[in-house]
Amino acid sequence: MQYKSQAVAKPYFIAAIGLFIGQILFGLVLGLQYVLGDFLFPAIPFNVARMVHTNLLIVWLLFGFMGAAYYLIPEEAETELFSPKLALALFWIFLVAGALTIVGYLTVPYATLAQLTGNDLLATMGREFLEQPLPTKLGIVVVALAFLFNITMTVLKGRKTSIALVLLLGLWGLAVFFLFSFYNPANIVVDKFFWWWVVHLWVEGVWELILGAMLAFVLIKVTGVDREVIEKWLYVIVTLTLITGIIGTGHHYFWIGTPEYWQWWGSIFSALEPIPFFAMTVFAFNMVNRRRREHPNKAAVLWALGTGVMAFLGAGIWGFLHTLAPVNYYTHGTQITAAHGHMAFYGAYVMVNLTMISYAMPLLRGRAANSNKAQVFEMWSFWLMTVAMVFITLFLTAAGILQVWLQRVSDSPVPFMVGQDQVALFYWMREWAGVAFLIGLIVYVISFFVKGEEKAA
Amino acid sequence: MSGAFTKSMARNIFYGGTTFFFLLFLALSFDTMKQLPKRDMRQNITPSIIAGKHIWETRDCIGCHTLMGEGAYFAPELANVVERLGSKEAVKAFIQSRPVDGIPGRRSMPQFNLTDKELDDLANFLEHVNTINDANWPPNIQG
Ligand code: HEM
Ligand code: HEM
Ligand SMILES: [Fe+2]
Repeated sequence: MQYKSQAVAKPYFIAAIGLFIGQILFGLVLGLQYVLGDFLFPAIPFNVARMVHTNLLIVWLLFGFMGAAYYLIPEEAETELFSPKLALALFWIFLVAGALTIVGYLTVPYATLAQLTGNDLLATMGREFLEQPLPTKLGIVVVALAFLFNITMTVLKGRKTSIALVLLLGLWGLAVFFLFSFYNPANIVVDKFFWWWVVHLWVEGVWELILGAMLAFVLIKVTGVDREVIEKWLYVIVTLTLITGIIGTGHHYFWIGTPEYWQWWGSIFSALEPIPFFAMTVFAFNMVNRRRREHPNKAAVLWALGTGVMAFLGAGIWGFLHTLAPVNYYTHGTQITAAHGHMAFYGAYVMVNLTMISYAMPLLRGRAANSNKAQVFEMWSFWLMTVAMVFITLFLTAAGILQVWLQRVSDSPVPFMVGQDQVALFYWMREWAGVAFLIGLIVYVISFFVKGEEKAA
Repeated sequence: MSGAFTKSMARNIFYGGTTFFFLLFLALSFDTMKQLPKRDMRQNITPSIIAGKHIWETRDCIGCHTLMGEGAYFAPELANVVERLGSKEAVKAFIQSRPVDGIPGRRSMPQFNLTDKELDDLANFLEHVNTINDANWPPNIQG
């Protein structure tokens, strides 16, 4: 750790991991409800467990991004953070707001929660991923703006590297596109159209800038490869991302009432979206092969390479699978979508956060790298979680193919619930893979407490 | 990447390319907004349908169901449910008859205790969604 103020990243990383655990526990509840339909009913209906699962995911990824920025920006800008106090205050505000929201979901019926929190003044709730009550949404905006102010001021007073600029662009984009969550017209088609300006332009747009910048930063540190080379790669990757991903939004405009030309625009541009993910994989392996030093943190290198591979598989391959309009006509809104959503979120955004945490946490705790023993635990957790996610994806894909066949393709299509009963075996296997994932996560947490001989920073 | 291709060239392509494709996206979106009235049946949106959308949102129906294929995959597609069950009355009867404690062992839908007016609004909303021109999706009545 080169700058004292980088230390504010630590609580962000710890909170991220804590919320990650909560996310996975609720994932297991959902998986069980898939096969034992009335599990926890009516105390925690599926839709409530689902919003806890997905909102915890988004919030912990945001904690991770913010922690990453607080760690990375001072080192890139070569100056202390503009205001560490503000960063710490925002941490508590965000954590308390997040916790209250989750408690609200779990203890108050959703319609009552909506009423209590001013949804009648400005209706924004009840749309997928944007379930948060109005005060939470406003809180997110306030925290995001104050956070952006803090890191932008830091960059302005210091060195302006390409990594810092790309990261800033990504984070500003994240905040700007979130503003569309406040737009909820009565016309459902217009509502859906702009809903994707949050969801798609996040994960297949500005978040990829954050991903690229975080990966580039860690790669510079662990490989010692020349900054010029790494930053050139970064620009190429984010260029490819945005020229394919922005118009690629069209792959969500096939069947929601929007004009049919989107079937062409969406299919063609989104079919190119795997290219930047492929470039990211090549980038990561290339830089590690050309490394100029042997960094003692082997686990961080593993996570960085894993991010490249898994993001390409989950977003690139599993995205491409169902992105062409004639295919999507049959797969739209099935378990194929869920399979892709899981591996893409894990491979890209979970793994890049764990890469950053893996690299930064030992330094924040005053050593260059964890002991070998602790790293072995961490690498076990890498393989357990990653392989478990591969199996979750494969089982859901199998369930999805059968679902499409039974319900949409065969000569005598069966009703939704009849089809679901027939593929229950795959949902059971997904749940067991989920248990393996949880074990991996537990090993991950344990790795933070494993002692052993450590090198000083 | 060869030495002739410098970082500043990469940066310029990034800014130029992004700006170009973002503007193209805005142009397409603008055209879409102009064309939507021909497809989204907005002329039929009544206060009841608007109220129905509000019920739809405040019960988080999307947390279990899909609507035009978007949402959760736990329960059936609802954009065509009025057609599938045969009538708005059938849809309302289904929603009304959900047991409070669920159905043992089965995926269960909550009992929302909607008033008659709320049920009407919700059914009108679902009927409206059914009329939107969504390029013939879903492939068949099962959704
Ligand atoms: C890291 C990047 C990505 C993430 C995190 C991600 C995540 C997701 C998620 C969560 C959904 C479901 C949205 C919903 O609930 O309605 C989705 C849908 C979709 N994604 Fe991605 N995605 C990524 C990249 C991609 C890429 C690169 C492609 C194409 C090559 C792609 C193609 C699709 C398609 C076609 C759908 C719609 C599925 C449907 O019709 O039901 N995604 N994505
Ligand atoms: C123990 C492992 C997990 C299990 C059993 C699980 C289960 C589930 C279930 C049942 C759903 C709802 C699907 C539906 O709508 O019908 C869901 C949604 C989702 N989960 Fe998980 N999950 C797990 C881990 C994860 C992880 C690690 C991530 C992120 C990396 C994740 C991200 C998501 C996302 C993005 C959605 C929304 C998907 C969409 O809209 O297509 N889950 N999960
Ligand atoms: Fe997308």
